Amino acid sequence: MKTDISWLNTLRQNALTQFEQTRFPSQRLEDWRYTNLSAIEKKQFAFANQVETFDDTHKNHLADFMLNDCYHAIFVDGFFDALLSTLPENITVCSINEAAEHHETVLAPVFNQAIESPHGFTHFTNVHFSDGIFVCINEHSQLDKPLQILHFATQQAMSATRHVVILEENACATLIETFIGVETQTYLTSSVLEIFLNDHANLTLYKVQQDSDKAYHFGGTYVKQADNAHFTHHNFALGGLLARSEIMSHLETGAQCELNGLYLGENRQHLDNLTRIVHAKPDAVSREYYKGILNHRARGVFQGRIVVAKDAQCTDSQMNNRNLLLSSDAEIDTKPQLEIYADDVKCTHGVTVGQLDEKSIFYLQSRGIDEDHAKHILTFAFANEMVDKITVPSLHDCVFTQLLARFPQGAER
Amino acid sequence: MLKIKDLAVNVGAKEILKGLNLNVNAGEIHAIMGPNGAGKSTLSHVLSGKSGYDVTGGSITYNEKDLLEMPAEIRAREGVFLAFQYPVEIAGVTNVYLLKAALNAIRKHKGLSEVDAMDFLTLVKSKTKALDMDEKFLYRAVNEGFSGGEKKRNEILQMAMLEPQLCILDETDSGLDIDALRIVADGVNALRSENRAFIMVTHYQRLLDYIKPDFVHVLADGKIIKSGGAELALELEEKGYGWLEQA
Repeated sequence: MKTDISWLNTLRQNALTQFEQTRFPSQRLEDWRYTNLSAIEKKQFAFANQVETFDDTHKNHLADFMLNDCYHAIFVDGFFDALLSTLPENITVCSINEAAEHHETVLAPVFNQAIESPHGFTHFTNVHFSDGIFVCINEHSQLDKPLQILHFATQQAMSATRHVVILEENACATLIETFIGVETQTYLTSSVLEIFLNDHANLTLYKVQQDSDKAYHFGGTYVKQADNAHFTHHNFALGGLLARSEIMSHLETGAQCELNGLYLGENRQHLDNLTRIVHAKPDAVSREYYKGILNHRARGVFQGRIVVAKDAQCTDSQMNNRNLLLSSDAEIDTKPQLEIYADDVKCTHGVTVGQLDEKSIFYLQSRGIDEDHAKHILTFAFANEMVDKITVPSLHDCVFTQLLARFPQGAER
Repeated sequence: MLKIKDLAVNVGAKEILKGLNLNVNAGEIHAIMGPNGAGKSTLSHVLSGKSGYDVTGGSITYNEKDLLEMPAEIRAREGVFLAFQYPVEIAGVTNVYLLKAALNAIRKHKGLSEVDAMDFLTLVKSKTKALDMDEKFLYRAVNEGFSGGEKKRNEILQMAMLEPQLCILDETDSGLDIDALRIVADGVNALRSENRAFIMVTHYQRLLDYIKPDFVHVLADGKIIKSGGAELALELEEKGYGWLEQA
């Protein structure tokens, strides 16, 4: 059910006009040159319906991914499920449809303001979103435990959700986005999240994309960081047939931005990651570290751009992308870019693409460990550096288990 | 235990070993000495199953089995252990996990069940202590950021845990100061037994002051050109290798 609110209706109408012109992004656009979306158009997905009840298998699947010690906002096929969800009290967290009606004065002025480079997917999502989450944390307040926003796809259909998170001055929160679907189901999920961090606010956001191996996924995260705001993102791209993840952040004076990512592709998976960090004002710090492991015929894309505006003196920025190719048919397209207009800055970037180290494999073999096991140990260790950064225990367990399933015996529980 | 017969090994088109013969029995310690480039490291690597070497002639029999037919991990499970000259640093893999995985692989090969977690910890802690290593080393990544001495001690720790039958020490003394050398030697001496044999590959006689060999062999130009007792090492220390090579 779409809410009938005039400001939102106007916005949806404008987005529709734009989407009719752009359609889904084409490879002629530089940001999309490595990712061909024609398969999505060909699928001609219908929109998902709201399901009334779902069976035990679905419930169990969902339960496997609901994290302990977290609040839960559950979206089934894009629709907010109030019964399955547990939201914090005393803090404004509600569905975006509800917020459009009841928090219009807060939501309307910011909506769409963090999206600096709109494209077909952001237009599409603005036109068609069925619901989403709205979080607004007052100044000096914090969320006492993480909020998990869990997206569960059950139908062979497409769904879109739209989310807005606002942290007022000195507010603090941890959010977890989880994307899952019924195994072997074909679907398209599109999710657009805007985040507004006021002065000294601190947000840690995890994204675990664990969609079905036939799913198409788009997830865009667009952040505005006011002075001295901290944003930390951990992006795990594990599932999906074709998945595109975008994280873009705009940094004001003294803001700090840390982007970590891990993409694990196998079979014919295509995992595309685009990040952009814009240092708009002086003294901001950014750290970006993405790692990828690609096996079989999987393809990974990393496009990381750091922009340092003319005013952004004393910027401190590091970007690193390391890739492990486990098969001669696997492919990585990596493109780190620095765009610097200021003169007093410290910016570094590095990229590596390689195979497992033969000397390390032999060392393990010489201790009695067979070659396959040795490779799993080394691959697991490469990926685990990113998993180890997760500080929410239940989430750490969940991702660690997924990693262990990919590389059995790669480590001890 | 080990019979090397007429072993000939090439690296690419280059002949490195040219008909090497060596017999090692259980309980014995053999030192292989020789000038740089004589083929000492090649011998260690070929025994442990490292790739990149072409065996063009001869045979290696280990406990009545054809060693050259076994992949590296099977040799290790059958009791062959190489203490590396340059132990490899492995980021993200803890020492304790490597030790446990290796011990279990060897136990499985012998038809034994996996080691009990508590028993394993007790064992590994006692061995660590015996080598004067901090327990913290167990939870650090394998050799990562270890000093030269720590790496060599770590090799001996692995040896002590895996209890091999044939231990090959490749230039174990290189890069060790005198204190570290003593600790490593004590570790090796503690492992001496009538069921276990050692081959120590070394350029200098220094290590042999601490670990007394039963036999000393001089490897030069791909062959063993002279064998003797421990006293041969002292002679080599005094005269160098030149007088033998010319002979």
